[in-house]
Amino acid sequence: MQNLWLIPALPFLGFLINGILGKKLPKMVINAVAVGSVVLSFLLVLNIWSSGGDLAANPIHQHYFTWIQSGEINIGWDYAVDKLTLIMLMVVTGIGSLIHVYATGYMAHEEGYYRFFAYLNLFMFFMLNLVLGGNYLLLFVGWEGVGLCSYLLIGFYFVKKSASTAGNKAFIVNRIGDFGFSLAMFLIVVNFGTLDFTKVFAAAPGKSTETLTAIALLLLLGATGKSAQIPLYVWLPDAMEGPTPVSALIHAATMVTAGVYMCTRSAVIFTHAPIAMDTVAIVGLATAVFAATIGLTQYDIKKVFAYSTVSQLGYMFLGVGVGAFSAGVWHLVTHAFFKALLFLGAGSVIHACHHEQDMRHMGGLRKYTPVTMAVLACASLAIAGVPGTSGFFSKDAILTAAYGHAPWMFWVGVVTAGMTAFYVWRAFWMTFWGEYRGHGHPHESPWSMLAPLVVLAFLSIAGGFLFNVPKILEGMFPAAEEVPGESMLMGISIAAGLAGIAISYYMYVVNPKLPQRISDGLGGIYRLVYDKYRIDELYDATVVNPVITGSRSLLWKVMDQGVIDGAVNGVGSEAQLAGGWLKMLQSGNIRSYATWVVLGAVCLLILIGVAEGVTR
Amino acid sequence: MNLLDLVIALPALGFVLALLMPRTQENAIKMLALGVSLATFVLSLGLVNGFQSGQTGQQFVTDNIWIASPEIHWHVGIDGLSLWLVILSTFLTPIAILLSWKAIHDRAKEFFAFVLLLEFGLVGVFAAWDLFLFYVFWEVVLVPMYFLIGIWGHDRRIYAAVKFFLYTMAGSVLMLAGIIFIYLRVGTFDYVQILAAISSGHAMLTHTEETLLFLAFFLAFAIKVPLFPLHTWLPDAHVEAPTAGSVMLASVMLKMGTYGLVRFCLPMFPTAARENASWIVALAIIGIVYGGLVALVQPNMKKLVAYSSVSHLGFVVLGIFSFTQIGLDGAVYQMLNHGISTGALFLLVGFLYERRHSLAIADFGGVATVAPWLSIMFLVTTLASIGLPTLNNFVGEFMVLQGSAQANFSWTVFASLGVIISACYMLWMYQRVFFGETNEEVKHHVPDLSLREWACVIPLVVMMVWMGMYSQSFLPVVSEANAKILDQSKMNVPLRVAAPRMTEHAPPDLSRPPVTAAAAGGRADAR
Repeated sequence: MQNLWLIPALPFLGFLINGILGKKLPKMVINAVAVGSVVLSFLLVLNIWSSGGDLAANPIHQHYFTWIQSGEINIGWDYAVDKLTLIMLMVVTGIGSLIHVYATGYMAHEEGYYRFFAYLNLFMFFMLNLVLGGNYLLLFVGWEGVGLCSYLLIGFYFVKKSASTAGNKAFIVNRIGDFGFSLAMFLIVVNFGTLDFTKVFAAAPGKSTETLTAIALLLLLGATGKSAQIPLYVWLPDAMEGPTPVSALIHAATMVTAGVYMCTRSAVIFTHAPIAMDTVAIVGLATAVFAATIGLTQYDIKKVFAYSTVSQLGYMFLGVGVGAFSAGVWHLVTHAFFKALLFLGAGSVIHACHHEQDMRHMGGLRKYTPVTMAVLACASLAIAGVPGTSGFFSKDAILTAAYGHAPWMFWVGVVTAGMTAFYVWRAFWMTFWGEYRGHGHPHESPWSMLAPLVVLAFLSIAGGFLFNVPKILEGMFPAAEEVPGESMLMGISIAAGLAGIAISYYMYVVNPKLPQRISDGLGGIYRLVYDKYRIDELYDATVVNPVITGSRSLLWKVMDQGVIDGAVNGVGSEAQLAGGWLKMLQSGNIRSYATWVVLGAVCLLILIGVAEGVTR
Repeated sequence: MNLLDLVIALPALGFVLALLMPRTQENAIKMLALGVSLATFVLSLGLVNGFQSGQTGQQFVTDNIWIASPEIHWHVGIDGLSLWLVILSTFLTPIAILLSWKAIHDRAKEFFAFVLLLEFGLVGVFAAWDLFLFYVFWEVVLVPMYFLIGIWGHDRRIYAAVKFFLYTMAGSVLMLAGIIFIYLRVGTFDYVQILAAISSGHAMLTHTEETLLFLAFFLAFAIKVPLFPLHTWLPDAHVEAPTAGSVMLASVMLKMGTYGLVRFCLPMFPTAARENASWIVALAIIGIVYGGLVALVQPNMKKLVAYSSVSHLGFVVLGIFSFTQIGLDGAVYQMLNHGISTGALFLLVGFLYERRHSLAIADFGGVATVAPWLSIMFLVTTLASIGLPTLNNFVGEFMVLQGSAQANFSWTVFASLGVIISACYMLWMYQRVFFGETNEEVKHHVPDLSLREWACVIPLVVMMVWMGMYSQSFLPVVSEANAKILDQSKMNVPLRVAAPRMTEHAPPDLSRPPVTAAAAGGRADAR
């Protein structure tokens, strides 16, 4: 049996080499270390994939050492692989490899090249730890670790204040989610005495619904942080401050799906807590539709895709919440293909337009960047759910299951699907059609960037066939119920996607003046959506500012310096009045201090001697 | 004379030697101080090596009569609780000396002598098994720290030193009274005998007596910790102290308080400790949140770190008064963790101060551009401090919060808020100091780490990773010692609760004691 620890250890080694020595290494070596380590991990994963046919019956479990041990609580550094883990491993190392290759081209002229790849490798280490961990705490190690890397990479251009602020925001908002996650773990230990997945899930069905609901809801809070769901989604759009490969790898394909993975992993707990399940579904659905509306109005190409990511993650949670776990994971996989491609393609576009991200200054790029256009078309077809593409299968599976759970959820999901198709294709037309509205001469990207795009384009189209996740995961989760009229539902969701594409074509190609008229007509409502419903402002006004002002004026100035210190100084000055000798002590002269010390010691000795004499 | 005696005596010897040297020989004095502290550290590693796990009770014991009457013993020894605190002291002293190498010119002789005297006192405090001896060491620590702040401190050093002195004296006087009371009742200062007498029922304390004694000890320790609202000496002391003073103060001296709580308050006064646990825990949790919120708005780096200590030490107290194995283990582990990571924070802030001659966050900005390695080391320390898994503080915080969850889940809910807040204040400070545009002052005056500074930082960073990844090197002996202490604090609960009724001293309130016993016992058994 192969050593699982090698899979995360290789990128970690890459992180150490590039992080410590990178400044002095030539670029070729940095590339070889950074890309090579991840590709090797991918090969190791492929090896398990090809050899581990019996994972369903015997999952791999390897124990390395005891990490924390106290009383009866024992937490080991354990890695485990079952089919769910394997799928995640494939996505993380596979897409990770592609994005590493892409980044060698994209970042070629950036300062801090070695630093970027060191962080990226460190991210791979923690992400692999997250999916390999055999207990909740080890999952949490990866969970917090990827958050750290996200923080470092969002703030990669740390001289820019907006970048470092976005990094802080990501970390802190995630910490709020982690607050829930850690409370869930404490509850699990209190009730189960362990954090090992196998033991917890074996015992979970016997626990009370209230306990399981509390645990599940707290886990969900953690997931809303990492996976950018309402109410903690606010960090993800800002995270686009990071370099584009980071947006693709961390903030689209892998890290942000950790919440979906965690909820799926905890399926036993969730399925025994119906209230929590409903909450997951509603949070997911609400996020999906909410973020999609914002996506309709944005002009920054990365922001469009960022809100799209939030929205698509919402779909995955909808799938989990209605009990279609494998459909949720399926969408996780296909989304990783087409969203990574969307971001990398956007990176190629941004690269072509000399770091321009505003789509109003793009246009007509189909003449200059044909390959990028072709691959982005594939991704856009997939996310719109056009039949045959990868996105079609997974989205359809989720929507069908949602119908089985509650028809209104299906309808909201369909409307969202229509909006999704609209805003992605709106971006497509604005970028590639019409006349070029920017400055300079756009140019196609180098092949180090395009090659990964082509692979991803292939996967975006064919990924649904290649990775039939529900089939792979068969037996892991309760089977989905048969939903009557499945083909009609499928037709409706296909129609919604196609309608979205058609409307966007009409508005942005046939009649380009129309969008302006519509937004003018909507007035205030449009402004509100364009300003992202001003949720950031709301949080600032209700949470951030009161905490800071209250801490400064009330806690520090009034309580600490006024009340407590006031009392202490009062007592102090009384004491000084009572004994003016204290002042004499502070002559500032070292010899007099030393004298006092010696005198004191002598006095003490004399006292002891006297006491001895007296008692004798 | 065994190894432990040597570890205690060597710094004292170094102190005397340093004082005997001519003050013009500044370099020789520094070398002497460094040599002595390193030798002490190496010797103390022998304690780790020779420590027998599986054996409860103290090891490396020396028990000689020091003063015949009243009988005061030189009774020293270590168990799993004190072992690592001794090592922490001997580990940090050479670092404190090395980091002061260039910073201290004025009266260097006295400075380095005082650091050695401080080490002597600290090791003694953690090793003493005679209450009077403990008290002597406790006061010995006070003296050099008072001078370190008062002489080598910054502008308001006198105010800070006196405040520090008055606060601590106020507490320790009460403790002295408590020690003398116990001596009068039991007839010995020897802690082992006192414990035996109390647990066997030979020395019966009434409920009121026990409560008052508990409070006397508790107050002395709580000031030292410091527990909210007794913490306001700490920010002033830290801001005014020289870097070495801050490092030793935060890393080791604060642990005297939490060590005292575990060592003395729990086993000697189990009933009172359990009865008073709820409001103590409340103060600890308030401290966690309050310290974090006040840290958030500090414009001065040292004050920020000082308030973060208030928050972190709140976790320690919470763990102790959760009366659970994992909570207590976590509390002790967190003492060590805080010693390493907050020590490192003060050290790095000191490096920044030496470069820029300012502690104001606003005077910095863009340090990462000019001093990348300093920034990375600061980042690692920051991450340790905010409890990133794989670094040391996470393990301690996790265990403490788990322990408190087992005692009362709502405690954990409130205390966990501190984990969110810590990320806010540390990362916000980090952003303002290290990121952004480099200002002119920083560009010209902030070089990267020197070789000597690397030598100070590396051991601390190594410990952060080691303690975060492999707690098994440290925790097992701690667990053993704690299991015994928990046992002592549980064993005599029914006996001692019954005592007031038997001796008719307590008010004839028959309903209260059994309820307490059940509650205390129930809490202990709850897993």
